[in-house]
Amino acid sequence: MDALIPQLLNGSAQGALLLLAALGLSLTFGQMGVINMAHGEFLMIGAFSAYLVQQVIVASDLSIPVALPVAFVVAGLFGLLLEVTIIRWMYRRPLDTLLVTVGVGLILQQAALQIFPSQGVPVEKPRWLDGQLTILGYDWPLRQLFTILLAAVCVAALSAWLKYTSFGRRIRATVHNRDLAETTGISTRTIDRLTFFVGSGLAGVAGVAASLIGGTNSQMGAQYIIPAFLVVAAGGIGQLKGTILAAWAVGVALAFFAYWTTGSLAQVLAFILVIVFLQLRPQGLFTVRTRSLA
Amino acid sequence: MSSTSKRMRVLVATGAIGTAMGLVLAGCGARAGDDTAGAGSSAAAGCVDTSGDTVKLGFLNSLTGGMAISEKTVSNVLHMAADEINAGGGILGKKIKYVQEDGATDWPTFAEKTEKLLTQDCVAAIFGGWTSSSRKAVKPVVEKLNGLFFYPVQYEGLESSPNIYYTGATTNQQIIPAMDFLASKGVKTLFLAGSDYVFPRTANAIIKLYAAKLGIKIVGEEYVPLDKDDWTSQVAKIAAAKPDFIFNTINGSSNVGFIKAYYDAGLTPAQTPIISVSIAEEEAPAMGHEVTGNYASWNYFQSLKTPTNPKFIQSWKAYPNSSGVTSDPMEAAYISLYLYKALVEAAGSFDVNAVNAAAKKNTITFDAPEGKVTLDGENHHISKPGHIGRINADNQFDIVWASDKFIEPDPYLEGYDWFPADIRKQLTDAAG
Repeated sequence: MDALIPQLLNGSAQGALLLLAALGLSLTFGQMGVINMAHGEFLMIGAFSAYLVQQVIVASDLSIPVALPVAFVVAGLFGLLLEVTIIRWMYRRPLDTLLVTVGVGLILQQAALQIFPSQGVPVEKPRWLDGQLTILGYDWPLRQLFTILLAAVCVAALSAWLKYTSFGRRIRATVHNRDLAETTGISTRTIDRLTFFVGSGLAGVAGVAASLIGGTNSQMGAQYIIPAFLVVAAGGIGQLKGTILAAWAVGVALAFFAYWTTGSLAQVLAFILVIVFLQLRPQGLFTVRTRSLA
Repeated sequence: MSSTSKRMRVLVATGAIGTAMGLVLAGCGARAGDDTAGAGSSAAAGCVDTSGDTVKLGFLNSLTGGMAISEKTVSNVLHMAADEINAGGGILGKKIKYVQEDGATDWPTFAEKTEKLLTQDCVAAIFGGWTSSSRKAVKPVVEKLNGLFFYPVQYEGLESSPNIYYTGATTNQQIIPAMDFLASKGVKTLFLAGSDYVFPRTANAIIKLYAAKLGIKIVGEEYVPLDKDDWTSQVAKIAAAKPDFIFNTINGSSNVGFIKAYYDAGLTPAQTPIISVSIAEEEAPAMGHEVTGNYASWNYFQSLKTPTNPKFIQSWKAYPNSSGVTSDPMEAAYISLYLYKALVEAAGSFDVNAVNAAAKKNTITFDAPEGKVTLDGENHHISKPGHIGRINADNQFDIVWASDKFIEPDPYLEGYDWFPADIRKQLTDAAG
């Protein structure tokens, strides 16, 4: 029983990281239907950006806050480059996108391996994240609180952007009915590019959070890509609130299973749950009603 | 049909393709093994040509994929050793011409490349591998084709092969010294944390038996898959168990996540120190200051004061593509090539059977950076000194403990009365 609070907090933090990794996917996959398997490598690019920022700004107290927007822009630009050079030729061929982006992911991994020390690089945590917050007798690592706050800020910013800006309105219009959006004068090409930039940029932000939790190396993206896709699918495609709820549920399930069983079994059990859930409810938690005929 | 459900179908199809690809790959792997078996001994021997002034050797390391983070360095240090030997006149007067192959972190590929190196490139011996899975993939191939394979990494023991030479530590040269060190520190309670694969599982089975003998209580045991970095949930359990020491058999990048979670949970080396068997000079920098003050058990450290260590460090620092620091697996790889040179020169021939016969005399030695190692001709492992180092702020290790003499290799732990025969059989069978 005394494990309830610690694992709930642990799980929420794990869910928050999963959410950060899935947020960009819910845009590029959910809204645009592009299966980008290189999303995990954009996350890696974000983590390496944090390392590079720390080479310039040595004080980690300052470098991590600076690294967040830098990682967003750098990963976003890589995403934009991918969209402009490859993805745009494949909007009607989702399975080809899958194969091509797996290849792009491998190229990015090997590039990172060639450029950076092969064992990975250290990303120093800011000193203000050292220590714990005591909640009901449990010493909760501040770093986990930071992950949750970061995820909350990203979600709030993204939903406000989608809801209140004209770009956001145009994105939603394109998602609901691309042809009709075009006839009203919306440049869907520009919208696609922008969506991909933002989606990839969010992966970069997730990468900074991930660099504070685990290793920063060429292989780090691989562990996030499949869980992130599952979270997006379980949440209901094109639905931000579904992604949030699914990420949190998976995170908490992982934490409790890890506590009750073992770290290995927890992965298996949590994803069996997701798969069973998708069998029962293939459309995910929430669905978008669209007016398109397709 | 809404676009949403269409996307869902795409996703399901994606999953199906992924699964299918996995099955095809698995199928290929199995078939490659069958072919190897089929090729049989007809291709063995006779194909190695040393009539000229060169001898061909094969280097087999993962230069791509997940294990490249570790194996690239081993490949580089093998190149350095080959250059050094060539500059000194070669082996039996013949210059080494190496063929570098990429194992690509894929075990069937290791088997295929081994066969290719032996039957098409006709190399006299192969050097490389890192994971036990890669070694287990290479083993049946070199045994079938009567080739030679030199394996440079500490591992879980319980293996020996007439066609493999092991230059890294077996368990009685790394795990057991670590436990002796803990006993000397008066440790009473121990928590076991490991990655979920054969090495940590086997090591922990041995640790538990020896701990019972030493009177150390195991207060917990946790495993996380190799490819997962987040250790927070498990570290919470360690913090609750309050052990005197943590025995860490985690491997790879997951170690970084473990150390970060350890530090974030407020655990410190002063109260709950960690002893690791996979964190060396190469890995420590990626963990930042959070790892400082903890311990590691190895045979070789860069900080060792031996006659040949300064030259090794200097050559490596000057070598192109150098990582700047030396570590135990690198040193074991460096030994492997020199050990092969010593074997061939003692045998007076590159022939596998002649080399094995020379080994049997138990007189093959090499003045390694860790000290003068001797090859055991029966089990093909080498004697090694046990060392415990403590990580300092420069990510180097201060030596805090050393075994009183070189430890003879005992891969099956036959000289240890606390290791029962039925468990030996069970673990050996389980390791395949």
